[in-house]
Amino acid sequence: MIKTFSIGGIHPQDYKISAEASIENFPLAETAYISMSQHLGAPAEPVVAKGDYVKVGQLIAKANGFISANIHTSVSGKVISIEQLQDLAGNISQHIVIRREGDDWMENIDKSEDVIRTIKFSGEEIIAKIAENGIVGLGGAAFPTHIKLSPVPNKKAGCLIINGSECEPYLTSDYRVMIESPEQILIGTKIMMKALNVQSAFFGVEENKPKAIGILKEIAAKSYPYIKIVTLKKRYPQGGEKQLIDAITGRRVPSMGLPVDTGVVVQNVGTALAVYEAIQKNKPLFEGVVTITGECITEQRNFRLRVGTTYETIISAIGGFPKDAVKLISGGPMMGKAVSRMDAASVKSTSALLLLTENQTKRGEEGSCIRCAKCVNSCPMGLEPYLLNKLSMAGRVEDLEKHMVHDCIECGCCSYTCPSNIPLLDAIRLSKYQVLKIIRSRP
Amino acid sequence: MDTVIFTIVSLTVLGFLLSLILYFVAQKFKIVEDPRIDDVEAIMPGVNCGGCGYAGCRAFAEGCVKAENLDAMFCPVGGNETMQKVAGYLGIRVEEKAPRVAVVRCNGTCDNRPKTNDYDGYSSCAVMASLYAGDTDCRYGCLGQGDCELSCKFDAIKMNPVTGLPEVDAQKCTACGACVKSCPRVIIELRNKGIKNRRIYVSCINKDKGGVAKKACAVACTGCTKCQKVCAFDAITITSNLAYIDYNKCRLCRKCVTECPTQAIWEVNYD
Repeated sequence: MIKTFSIGGIHPQDYKISAEASIENFPLAETAYISMSQHLGAPAEPVVAKGDYVKVGQLIAKANGFISANIHTSVSGKVISIEQLQDLAGNISQHIVIRREGDDWMENIDKSEDVIRTIKFSGEEIIAKIAENGIVGLGGAAFPTHIKLSPVPNKKAGCLIINGSECEPYLTSDYRVMIESPEQILIGTKIMMKALNVQSAFFGVEENKPKAIGILKEIAAKSYPYIKIVTLKKRYPQGGEKQLIDAITGRRVPSMGLPVDTGVVVQNVGTALAVYEAIQKNKPLFEGVVTITGECITEQRNFRLRVGTTYETIISAIGGFPKDAVKLISGGPMMGKAVSRMDAASVKSTSALLLLTENQTKRGEEGSCIRCAKCVNSCPMGLEPYLLNKLSMAGRVEDLEKHMVHDCIECGCCSYTCPSNIPLLDAIRLSKYQVLKIIRSRP
Repeated sequence: MDTVIFTIVSLTVLGFLLSLILYFVAQKFKIVEDPRIDDVEAIMPGVNCGGCGYAGCRAFAEGCVKAENLDAMFCPVGGNETMQKVAGYLGIRVEEKAPRVAVVRCNGTCDNRPKTNDYDGYSSCAVMASLYAGDTDCRYGCLGQGDCELSCKFDAIKMNPVTGLPEVDAQKCTACGACVKSCPRVIIELRNKGIKNRRIYVSCINKDKGGVAKKACAVACTGCTKCQKVCAFDAITITSNLAYIDYNKCRLCRKCVTECPTQAIWEVNYD
């Protein structure tokens, strides 16, 4: 039986037009702008100074605090400055700017294509190595992976779930990774299973990727029988952590709880590959697969892109902005962020660049709520978006908390289905952060 | 005939007994409310704007009746006049407070502060601020979606469609502070109205370093300290690259206005 999550969800057309474009290496940029805030948590602390020569994969910033991650340079060359620069949303963070000279890698990184199957490290060594190589969750939130894999007191993970659902329209980077390096992902999964000390793993893939399911099933059956490939129904937001757990195990993550409360740890396909490369090949996380897509560009591409490449460089590499493109989105159309500055640089968790035309981005005229309850039916968290919107407009913070606004995962299903084009998510997101702030300030 | 007499008698007795019960209940659970609260509430403007910090005019009136003196209480809408009346009625002391007015500390018009991207999201400053740093290079300035205009109960603050900035009508403004609370960037400040309504203030809140601020907006305060040096009354302080004029110390001499290289300091009502 094909599985899926139990409540809400929508079925947008998938537009996976870049699915057949194999991964190419993106031409190296002349200058890399590497942000110190590429992950959730505290910004990393630079350990290089202006004028230093660095090699590809060298540690340039150390994790600073419990939730933080190491950062490695993606290019070789001289550090020309360490300064405050704006990210794609215009917020300021510290960046290390490196002028590229050649492509000189650290000696300990294994650049060969060979697949290394034996794992020679223990669980603790794996977690330490993951932390050292600065691996973060590549599903979008960029949460440091080593923290997710470390044991939580009084909670025991029973299984690992690998998220290969890629439910957002347009995105194909995970799909290409699943097709081009399936065994590496499965070895990465095995490594994480060892770190978590669990005996079983599930690998969720949506049914619109039959080729990936076929390849993975074949390899898993042959050499990794403890990893079960689960075919999921095509439905958004299946890739949400809580939805995926529900779809595969039928368990529900409690409000304000963590997935480990249900005995599950979820990791993304891209993270599994990064873990494989970090443990078996000594390669830190400094590049990732990025889909460059949109109906307005003629050639759909999947690039292996180094961290710190500016959007300007990426767009000029595909031949500049198409005439009818008006909006550039980093990520998918549902949860991605609009890029407000072309001089901002890509980060570890950048998974796609989507170019949209005016027709595609136009907001319809806002009407009145007609009480059709489409938003209520589509909410995967079981909230009542129309009500939260009204309460948010009235600023009734206590009632918002009572109606669990803080459970919102910002998937955008409510705004997507609303026939009156009410910007439900905008209002809900605003009050969600207000309420979360209040909840967290309580003793 | 018997039935009629019986009905009248029984109803009369019943009515009498019930009225006795009601009387004792009313005596037992009597709520004594200070009659002065009603009188003070009648003196209040009755806008229920919440500018005083209380839930409404009645709550404020209750607060006034309970208070020992009215120094800490102030109705921004009614002003000193109303407070004098309340103090006179209650027979307690009140401090005269300088009348205040809202000022917009941003001059990032379309000419001064060029747009670097187009915002096509929901038209609300709060939503816009939650999404990103804004449609110009200045991370501090006005977002121009008009949350302040919506918050004003007195029709005193209006967005100017030409400049894209809000403008305060000092005649209508009661300094209730609703716009100050509604602005996610905290651009609006309540300042003393000043002698002859004259005011001098820094019309910028950009805390970036001088070069960055100037690049984003032609009239940004760069924190150059020139105004601080020229001020004879020690009224100007500079914190994180931004000058601030203390309206209690400022003597309205206007030396800083001419000194400012970016015209970030504004004078009002001098001509």
